[in-house]
Amino acid sequence: MNSVGEGCTDLKREYDQCFNRWFAEHFLKGDRSSDPCTEMFKKYQSCVQKAIKEKDIPIDGVEFMEQDKEKPDS
Amino acid sequence: MVKYFQCVGLLKNTWDQVFLAFWQRYPNPYSNHVLTEDIVFREVTPDNCLVSRRLLTKTNRAPRWAERFLPKHMACSAYIIEDSVVDPKNRTMTTVTWNITHARLMEVRERCVYAVNPDNSNWTEIKREAWISSSLTGLSRAIQEFGVARFKKSVTKTMKGFEYVLAKMQGETPSKTLAETATERARETALAAKEKAKDLASQAQKKQYV
Repeated sequence: MNSVGEGCTDLKREYDQCFNRWFAEHFLKGDRSSDPCTEMFKKYQSCVQKAIKEKDIPIDGVEFMEQDKEKPDS
Repeated sequence: MVKYFQCVGLLKNTWDQVFLAFWQRYPNPYSNHVLTEDIVFREVTPDNCLVSRRLLTKTNRAPRWAERFLPKHMACSAYIIEDSVVDPKNRTMTTVTWNITHARLMEVRERCVYAVNPDNSNWTEIKREAWISSSLTGLSRAIQEFGVARFKKSVTKTMKGFEYVLAKMQGETPSKTLAETATERARETALAAKEKAKDLASQAQKKQYV
């Protein structure tokens, strides 16, 4: 799948591959040993965060699951 | 006013397979509307939960009748945030998804809880809730109706996409799914042609009266 930053797709794919392996073989099995994908994630993030700024994607300051906090009645 | 919708879906795969497929589900033959996908935040909490934020770009076609009310410059894609918590100890995953652009026109907020099916521990169930709202004066009800209808269709696509990815992960040839896709495509094309024909017909009719 493509990244929102045109130049970030290769970094993203490399990271995704590493993550999926770690997720299946370590995380889901409760193994908390160190995450081998940290460096790849950092590289990918510096690329994608730049793209988010350039494209003015309004994600800054959006709290985690913030939409889950107030649930209006239907 | 907010429209509320809920449903439960079942995947005949174990929780760990489904959670793994969750991160690999794009692209699939049913996700043509998903243009980009990124992880923009990720952390393992001290109690060993994986917390992630995924940013998606999706095509965002407004209903034709609503187009004339919308500003011309309105982009035809929307940015979506999908926050998730994977809890391997309790074998659950919770996701909250909502659009961060065009929210005044229509906001779709979805909450899903993935858990082991109580009747069959080899299966996974997805409890899905959605809240659909619009702040557009005078049109909010019609837009909500449109939103609910579109949401229901997208749930079907999501589940089919999941099944496709799960089958692929397990090395099965999802041939039936591909055949289904082809049929669906053909049906969509036929429908589009029919719509166009209708339009042309109504235009022709209008011209007659002028």
